Amino acid sequence: MGLLSDPNRRRALTNLLTRLNTPLWGMPVDWLVKAMQARGLEVFTQSFSRTLPFPDENKERYMVHGTNVYGILRAPRAPRTEALVLSAPCTPGSSNNQAVGLLLGLAQYFRGQMYWAKDIIFLVNEHDLIGMQAWLEGYHHTNTTGMSWTPLEGRGGSIQAALSLELSSDIITSLDLVLEGLNGQLPNLDLANLFYAFCQKIGVLCTIQGKLQRNDWDSAAGYSQAVQTMLLMVLKQASGRPWGDHGLFLRYHIEAASIRGINSFRQYKTDLTTVGKLLEGMFRKLNNLLERLHQSYFFYLLPSLSRFVSIGYYMPAFGLLAAILLLRALDLWVQLGSPAPGTEDGLPFGPGVLSVLTPLIISHLTGVALYTLPIMAQQTAVEHFPVSETEAVVLTAIAIYTAGLALPHNTHRVLSGEGTEEGWRVLKLIAIFYMAVLLGCTALINFSLGFILALTLVPVAAFITPHVPRVLSALVMVLLSPGSTLLFSIFVYQELQEAPITLLEGWNLFLSVISQGILDHNLYGSLVYPLISLLVYPCWLLLWNILFWK
Amino acid sequence: MTAGRCTAALLAAVLVCGLTCASTAAAEEAITEEYESISNANEHVQAQDDYARSQKRREITEHDDDQNEPPPSSSSSSSSSSSSSSSPPSKDYFKEELVIRPLSSGDIYASFQFQTRWDTDFFAPGKKVSHYRLFPKSLGQLMSKFSVREMHVSFTQGYWRTMQWGQPFLPAPPGAELWVWFQDSVADVDGAWKELTNVLSGIFCASLNFIDSTNTVEPTASFKPLGVGNVTHQRFLRYAVLPREIVCTENLTPWKKLLPCGSKAGLAVLMKSEKLFHSSFLSLAVHIRPVCQDWGCKGTAWELRQTVNVVFDLHTTGQGKREWSFFKMFSRTLTEACPLATSSKVYIDVTDNPQGELFELNPAAPSLTQAVVLGDRRTYAVYDLMASGTFGLLRSLNVLLRWKTPGSVDMLRPLLHGERYVAGYGLQTGEIHTLIYNNHPYRAFPVLLLDIVPWYLRLYIHTLTVTSKSRENKPSYIHYQPSKDRLRPHLLEMLIQLPPNSVTEVTVQFERALLKWTEYTPDPNHGFYVGSSVISALVPSVVAMDTSYTLEHPLFSTFFPCKEESSYFVRVYTEPLLVNLPTPDFSMPYNVICLTCTVVAVGYGSLYNLLTRTFQVEEPSPGVVKRLANMIRYLRGVPLL
Repeated sequence: MGLLSDPNRRRALTNLLTRLNTPLWGMPVDWLVKAMQARGLEVFTQSFSRTLPFPDENKERYMVHGTNVYGILRAPRAPRTEALVLSAPCTPGSSNNQAVGLLLGLAQYFRGQMYWAKDIIFLVNEHDLIGMQAWLEGYHHTNTTGMSWTPLEGRGGSIQAALSLELSSDIITSLDLVLEGLNGQLPNLDLANLFYAFCQKIGVLCTIQGKLQRNDWDSAAGYSQAVQTMLLMVLKQASGRPWGDHGLFLRYHIEAASIRGINSFRQYKTDLTTVGKLLEGMFRKLNNLLERLHQSYFFYLLPSLSRFVSIGYYMPAFGLLAAILLLRALDLWVQLGSPAPGTEDGLPFGPGVLSVLTPLIISHLTGVALYTLPIMAQQTAVEHFPVSETEAVVLTAIAIYTAGLALPHNTHRVLSGEGTEEGWRVLKLIAIFYMAVLLGCTALINFSLGFILALTLVPVAAFITPHVPRVLSALVMVLLSPGSTLLFSIFVYQELQEAPITLLEGWNLFLSVISQGILDHNLYGSLVYPLISLLVYPCWLLLWNILFWK
Repeated sequence: MTAGRCTAALLAAVLVCGLTCASTAAAEEAITEEYESISNANEHVQAQDDYARSQKRREITEHDDDQNEPPPSSSSSSSSSSSSSSSPPSKDYFKEELVIRPLSSGDIYASFQFQTRWDTDFFAPGKKVSHYRLFPKSLGQLMSKFSVREMHVSFTQGYWRTMQWGQPFLPAPPGAELWVWFQDSVADVDGAWKELTNVLSGIFCASLNFIDSTNTVEPTASFKPLGVGNVTHQRFLRYAVLPREIVCTENLTPWKKLLPCGSKAGLAVLMKSEKLFHSSFLSLAVHIRPVCQDWGCKGTAWELRQTVNVVFDLHTTGQGKREWSFFKMFSRTLTEACPLATSSKVYIDVTDNPQGELFELNPAAPSLTQAVVLGDRRTYAVYDLMASGTFGLLRSLNVLLRWKTPGSVDMLRPLLHGERYVAGYGLQTGEIHTLIYNNHPYRAFPVLLLDIVPWYLRLYIHTLTVTSKSRENKPSYIHYQPSKDRLRPHLLEMLIQLPPNSVTEVTVQFERALLKWTEYTPDPNHGFYVGSSVISALVPSVVAMDTSYTLEHPLFSTFFPCKEESSYFVRVYTEPLLVNLPTPDFSMPYNVICLTCTVVAVGYGSLYNLLTRTFQVEEPSPGVVKRLANMIRYLRGVPLL
């Protein structure tokens, strides 16, 4: 660990940081290029532009133009086949103004070492995730989201691992590790273990989900803390959005995590040199890797940084929930097979195909409308109503969602007359199988999302018939619909973050979360919004249809 | 008609025959041009060599005077040679040379070349060569046993950074590269190649024995013989690259043993392995080729060139001070030339420093020389180690170079430059992109692109596209040999015309094959290597070549010789690729096997035991009285109780 020992380097780092403390207006591309070149890196830039489908009110951006700057430190002994990435977002304002300084300091120190076996790419990305998306698409020469970028000129081979750095102050009390990536993907658990091991070695407090691990982990308070941490992870993972700049690397099978410096009111502070030592250690470990990280789990939940719940432990919980659906389906199948008492054998076919197919088609068309209309109709909505584009999109989505409740059972009666007893049984059988397959697949890809949806949808699916008290059941169904689940999740999340909110704030947050979800889908290819609107919501509408069968 | 011209004509003839599939005449023209220039230039090499030999006992300091003298004939040169006391027909000599070029990035490029020439013919009928003097016996025996006409082997660590360092004197791909031309008398080329790789693997302590049919190809146009000879059909050529080969001291030590003086004296003293391997780039190479014996090319001689190219990183080793010396780079100084050498020189490139404003040399160079290398006229300071005055009072030469200005970090724009990467994500398909840059402002030139892709990347050749300046650029010559699973790799050779000031992009899609479980390497999650693609080209020269060239050429400027005033030969290697294939979780079968074995052993074993065993109810043993009674009854013949 030579970073601290050399006073010259330490002074250089301090100088750099004080210069960077001045607020930035836009990214100083030329200065960054010069600074990286002066440190002996091969420097390249990439400019990109992207027009969002509608203005992002959280980050106040609509037409985004930016430039990524990256410098490659060539490994002396390797022929450009493997690379590691250290990235730091460069944003105006004081929210994240120390990371670039530390990155440059590390670049200077790393340049003087001979032991690198993998190229190290120091990336400063503008407009956080959009810049990162442009850079990754440029590096892998793919275009999944219709962004325009200039092609990259320098590469370092296949990227083995990446760390993203977020620092808002030059002294920190603890480091937070962020793992959740796009569509709930997680890096290999060994990356988290590596971080934890180095934090322990260097003596830095480390947290996950911003929660410190308690020493008395086997007491009641310790358990409750661990459960809260894990619940936060479940909620974040279920959201399917990248929770840090690292989140987009995971699509390319690159193990990545974000490291976030937190400056709280604790007495004991750590300076950036220590963070630099930590990163140096992590990079040297990653540099020595012979294979990609693959030995540990890719599917896990973390109640704390030192403990994990593996897929073998949490999957049975979901399996039991899914078993309810299968048993209920079996029950229905048996009921359909044996003729109901009192009816004649005169009817060779049960319900008409039409009476089952119509609700299926109508509910899916509603889903397609929910998926496409909000963005297509925003211009019209803005012209006719006094709302902004973002509000127009979100309110259109909510309106279609609500309209869907009224639509199917009305049309069904018009088309196929009075519903038969067997008709709803067949429809329910289909709906339950549909849901079982849907939730099963979702849980395999993103366990948290599948589990939360299963928790709310399975009870409804199991017990809904046309014969239950209609008003009460309708109320319960609406409360357990995917939209309401999102609203509850927001309140639970805020509660777990120890930042409770009022109902009105919750509603506003709900609206902004919907807009973010649509944006995530359009900008980075997150699959949660299409999944909910095209598959889960129509499935739920089928159940709603059964309730109003007669 | 001289032999050299005869070869050129033959080459051209064979080439035209071999290229009947080429669609346009441009392809033939370009390739023919290339090899004419190379074979013509061989004459120059010979001329210079002979001349140098005749001059070897003289102090060569005044080149202008030497130029006026006519080149002496071969007979006079052989009579004046005094060092060879051996029998007249097999003369041999040894030359050593070190070129140092300060690179614009602040790094130092040092290139050692050792030439051993032997005027003998291994393949003359009825002749058995058993007396070796300077030429290494191990290589000589190898040449004669396997009827090798030409052999080029290189071991390289790191990647030559063309954008920062410009062109190297001798390009080499990362890892190990081997290409061999066999004599046309060899019947079983594949068998000879197999044995040869195994023998070389022993000689150089390298994993060349991993060369088999799955990574060997026969390029049709990219690798033509560099020596004299009339065999140009690719049937006798084998080319293989091992991109994963790691180069270390174990390769350097046998390499040094091939030198006449070993590492005991001469320039090889500087090759201390811990310093050489503490560098950004290191390439060891051995080249053997037949060259003309004399001006008239009445007989052939063997030339062995051993080279080491190394780039020292001043930034990491110099601790920020911009100065270097022999001692700093190699931790040794020069004290003497190799006693067996006829020429031993150190050249330092001072072209960028004509008035000494950039850096200063200490001790000052006794003489300067000029050479045209890689299309550029360079000026070199020469230290002749055979001259007694070179070593000074301290009896050692430690050249010190101190910069006066801080270095610039601008990227170079080499005229030809290549790059390669894998695009896409996921483990099913992918796309190989090869970018070829022509940075010449107004001249277009053709390049030959050679791509070797292992069989487990299944190329979709119908997706092959070549685009320049966002327009399709149809290659004038394509040679494609599809792969066979587990037998041979894909071979793709193309002749592409590069428009001036352009980037040409060659893309081809591939599918990743699922291997059999025994075919995975021990570290399957590391990925699988695809060797460098090779770009060979005649690049237009930056400066027109001077017609009144100095006769005393340094060795390094004559390897890819070129008489053409307008262009010079360059070979560029792109970076190798590391591709991940779909890999099963190998720990899982292990667990499954363990578990199954346990279940079988415990479950099935006990069940089998139960099923096959016969059970009997054991009667309680009868009492003493009963036994006695039975005995009595037995004796009486009455049935027992």
